[in-house]
Parts: sequence; C-alpha cells; structure tokens
Amino acid sequence: MSTHILKRLLDRLRDGGSPVRTDGGTAAAGSETAGGDSDLGSALSSLRESDAVRSAPFWLPPFLLMGFFVYGAISWNIVISLTDFGGLTLPTYDPSTFDLEMYRRAFSDGQFWIATRNTFVLLISFTGLSLAGGLGLAILVDRGIRFENWFRTVYLLPFSLSFVVTAVFWRWMYNFDSGLINAFLRGIGLDFVASKWLTGSIDTGALGAIPLVPDTFYFKLFAVIFALLWQFSGYAMVVYLAGLRAIPNDQYEAARVDGASILRMYRRVILPQLRASTVSAAVVLMVFALKAFDFLYVLFGSNPGPTADILSTMMYRQAFSANEWAYGSAIAVVLFVVALTVVAPYLYGEYRRGEL
Amino acid sequence: MSVRDDLAERVGVDLEAVDPLRVALYATLVGLVAFYLSPLESGLMTALKTEAEFATSPPFVPPTVEGFTLEPFGVAIDTLSSAILNSIMLAVPATVLSALFGSFAAYGLTNFEWRGQLGVVALFIAGIFIPYQAVLIPLSRLWAIVDTQSLLAPVLDITVFSAQVPVLGTVELATHPHYASIINLIITHTAYGIPITTLLFRGYYKKLSTEMLEAARLDGAGAFTVYRRIVLPLSMPMFAVTLIYQFTQVWNDLLFALIIIPSGSGPAAVATIALNELTGGIIQTFNTQMAGAFVAALPTLLVYVLFGDKFAKGVAGGT
Repeated sequence: MSTHILKRLLDRLRDGGSPVRTDGGTAAAGSETAGGDSDLGSALSSLRESDAVRSAPFWLPPFLLMGFFVYGAISWNIVISLTDFGGLTLPTYDPSTFDLEMYRRAFSDGQFWIATRNTFVLLISFTGLSLAGGLGLAILVDRGIRFENWFRTVYLLPFSLSFVVTAVFWRWMYNFDSGLINAFLRGIGLDFVASKWLTGSIDTGALGAIPLVPDTFYFKLFAVIFALLWQFSGYAMVVYLAGLRAIPNDQYEAARVDGASILRMYRRVILPQLRASTVSAAVVLMVFALKAFDFLYVLFGSNPGPTADILSTMMYRQAFSANEWAYGSAIAVVLFVVALTVVAPYLYGEYRRGEL
Repeated sequence: MSVRDDLAERVGVDLEAVDPLRVALYATLVGLVAFYLSPLESGLMTALKTEAEFATSPPFVPPTVEGFTLEPFGVAIDTLSSAILNSIMLAVPATVLSALFGSFAAYGLTNFEWRGQLGVVALFIAGIFIPYQAVLIPLSRLWAIVDTQSLLAPVLDITVFSAQVPVLGTVELATHPHYASIINLIITHTAYGIPITTLLFRGYYKKLSTEMLEAARLDGAGAFTVYRRIVLPLSMPMFAVTLIYQFTQVWNDLLFALIIIPSGSGPAAVATIALNELTGGIIQTFNTQMAGAFVAALPTLLVYVLFGDKFAKGVAGGT
C-alpha cells in the first residue's frame, strides 16, 4: 500500500497543479486539492469533520501528561495555598476551611515585599541589560566578519552550562583574595574598587571590609545580574541575529545610497524592525530571570539575605526549609501571577498575528 | 557568491581593506571572547594547580611545573562519577520521551484542522513559561503519595539492576531503593519538556507540504501511516535539534532534583546536586570545585561543541 501512496504522491508533485493551501484554508480549498472529484470531495469533507477525532491519539496523551503536571499541579498548588498546611502533618482539603489567610500573611510580611521588589529589579535590569548586550553582540557579529561562526559559538557557550556550573565559576570569579575580578581590578591599579562582591561589602583597606547596609545600589544583586548577563547575553544575540538576517539586503543598500551613517542606519532602519525579536527574547529572558533560583541557591543556599532574596528563593525557603507549605504555595501563586502578566500579553499578541 | 561576500556587500565594507574601524571591530570581538572565556579559562587553570599554587598565583596564569597537579580532577571524578551515571540514566530517557511526545502532539495539532485547536496549542505553549515554583509543592506531595517502587514491583525490580554475565553469573549493576526517584524524575522532566518540544516540532511541521500529506490521505493512508511513513522520516533534523536542546535542559536542572530526590543526596543524586554538594563545603578547595564544575558540565559542553549549530537553532526556535 505504501508504494502506491508514494506513487500517487510523486504523480501529484509532478503535476504541480494543485494549489498550495494556506493555513487559513477551508474545506472548499481542500476539495480543490481533491481535483474537483465530487465523490472524493464529499468523502474528504466528512473526513475533515472527524479530524478532531483522528488527531486525538497524537495530541491527547501528551496533552494529558503535560496538563496533569502543569495545570493540574498549578490548581493543586492554589488549593494548598488556601489551606493552612504546615509542619509535618498531612494536608487536609476541607473546602469549608479554605481562606486567604496565607495571602494576607504575605502582604503583611516585610520579607515578602523585599523579595518582590528584588524580583522586579532582577527581572527588569537583567532583561534590559541582556537585550542591550545581545543586540550589541549581534550587530558586531553581523558586520561581515571572518570566523563569524567561531565568535558566535564562543558567545553562546555559557548558555549551554547549568546554573549550578555558572554559580560555581562565578563564586570563584568573585572571590575576594584570589578571584579573577579583583585580580583584574588590582592589576589595573583599582585596588580600592576590589570588593567582597557576593556579600555586598566594600574593602576600605585599613578599616577592612564594610558591609553596604542599607544596600541602596543592589550591590549583591547586581553581582548576580552581571554573572547572569555573562550566561544569557549570547542567547539574546542568537535571537537578534536571526532578526537581523531576516531584514532584506536592499534596505541596507538603500540606507547606504542615501548616505546614512552606520549609526543612523541602525537607529532609523534596522532597530525598528527588530521589535518582534526583542519581544520574544525579552519574554524568554524574563522567564529565565524568574527561574534564577538555581543560581542563587548554589551561591547563597536557601537564604540569600534581604539584598538578593527573590520570590522563588523565598518560596523554596518557606516551603522546604521551614515546612510552611501553605505559605510557600501562596508565594508561588504570586510568582505565577507575575509570570502570567508577562506571558499572557505575549501569547495574545502571537495569537492576534496568527503566529500561534 | 559566498555568504561572506554577500554580507560584506550588504553592510558596505570591503573586507580586504585595512581600516581603523575594522581593527577596532576585531579588537572588540576578541576582547569579548576574553570576557566570555575568562571564567572557563581561569577555572581550568585553577583546577590544574595545587592548593599552594592557586593561593599565590593569579587565577588565569597556567600552573608552573611544581604547581601542576591532576589530583583535583581525580577527586572530582571519584566524587561525581556515580551522579553522572544517574544523570545519564535520567537525561537520555527523559529527552527521548519528551521529544517523541512533542512530535506526536505537534503532528496532531498542526496537520489536522478542527475547531478549538488553537486553544489547545495555547495551553501547550503557555506551559513553557510557567515558573516551576508554582508546581513544586504539589510535585513533592505527588511523589510522596505515588510509590513508584511498589507500583513497578510486578514488572521490574528497580532496587536491583542486574545483568547476566557468562562467567560471573548475575552481576548487580546498581542496588538502591532511591532509583525509584530517578524514574519519578524522568516522568516529571518528560511532562515539563513536552511544551517546548511541541513548539519546536510545530514550527517545523507548519512548513511541511500540505499537499503531500493530503495526497497520502486521499490514498487512504490513516493518520498513523502518514505519521510513520512521511512525517517521522522528515522530522529527523528536528529530532536532532530537539534532543540536543532538551538534553542540556534536563542535564542542567537542579530544582526538580532537589524536590524529587529524597534528602537531596545519596546514591540517586544527579550531577547538579552532587556538584552543589561538592562545592558547598566550608573548606574552600577551589581547585577541586573547578575540576568538579568541568566534570559535571562535560557532557553538555561536548554536546555544545559537537552540535553547536543545532543547539543555536533550538535556542532561536524556542522563542
């Protein structure tokens, strides 16, 4: 039977007569493909009606598995956040006792607001800096250089490493006595800048290290962001590079004929067209920022302290160190809502543009 | 016309001319290479030094003859080898399963037409973006309730992985009840990998010729035959991309392993957990820590160096 199919297939390809059906194709367009044979056409349309049924064996099992773990677990988490599940006892799910106590507790918890603030500082500065860095890299790499592949491979390399490995490397980089950052600063005569980066304290020489409290400059958090920038700017570069390559050559040509300077060309012609790349890279980077837990956990354990605590570390600490399960669930729901406010508009936009 | 000429023309630069701007460009690029490689380079140099040596010499300088040692790598390999084996046992099945499921789902959601399809697609894609913190507590509850070991007992005794060796008789490859938690971890990673693998395959299947599938269908080929005879063979390049991307994701995960493997350590620990424990000690033997980081990262580094272009494709497609 299969050889028969292939033969028909080849015939069809040789004909080249059948119109290409687009995504928005309807049953009418489909019956054209069928070659106008009315019997076939009606058979086809009835088949088409059962497409939902015929496709189900393929998408339904993965959907159930994924749906159970993603949406089932999120719903379960929301239910737990309404209980007062804590300690070593088992949770009881009695709807009559459900309340919003854990959310009230979160909103009146100073630690929660500090973690929320840090989460947004991390989210916005990490995403912004990675996009800027990635765009810079992409423009440099796109300038028709030699060994382009080689450069690109090196810049993307840190992205293939795990947060754990990155954290181990950067703990060493930031080491006060023998880390590379301070060695570099001392090497160029900037001894006074050398700091205990990961404790958020600055070395004053004679007086020793003084901790920066209050940490108005997010010293510790920016040490983390800088390391994450090292890991993720290559990712933004790859996305921007794809965007740059999609811009037709004649636009570069036109800008050059107009005598536009390189800077002006990028600002006026190229950047406006990278909007889609920016949006998709930003969404993914924000999601990574929300997942930066692994990195902070390796560097600081489950309590990074008030200057680097984010919602995901706080959630883990409350749930898995303090056994405050319901409270941890409530914080997780807040985190989920933050992620949703980033992702929902993006997905809706994709849907509107028909790219879903 | 080569790609390079094409590019050169498009950005309006003559590649052969020596021009200060080009020199500055290459200087910047090389400086950036130094920035991106310096943690790895100084890490590698440190891993090759004795403790006395790395305390006194700058981190990026290669070790002297007296200060050179392979001992840190020896310690790291000894400590991490069983965890690396566990990670392989985890990452290979989880990667293959989620790629297969992703391919099925993408086929069912791309090459058919029915109402409500986009809604299901949206649910799949939204699954990529959820912060895992939102499912951690339910996951830990779930795997506390489900006893994988007893469930599997009738078909497979996972506490004893054994093999028949001709001369020696039955050889136990591994014995520990914690291997049940690796199976739990495989199922978990498979489930959370499905959204991204579905997205990657869907992007690819959208470009498949509709006529071709239509023709096969008109000839009476069922959905399964079309998948097996046409779609699956054509998906091989995408399988490569997806497997490579997903392998690094599963290998690099720490969070799920922390939650699902009881007590976080023990014989079932995966590479990320073992590395965290190796490096989390109070005694700062940085040379061993760096060696450990390289050993734990070796599989993903190898995959990246060997299949960098496919990895980049997965990355760009995953947006």
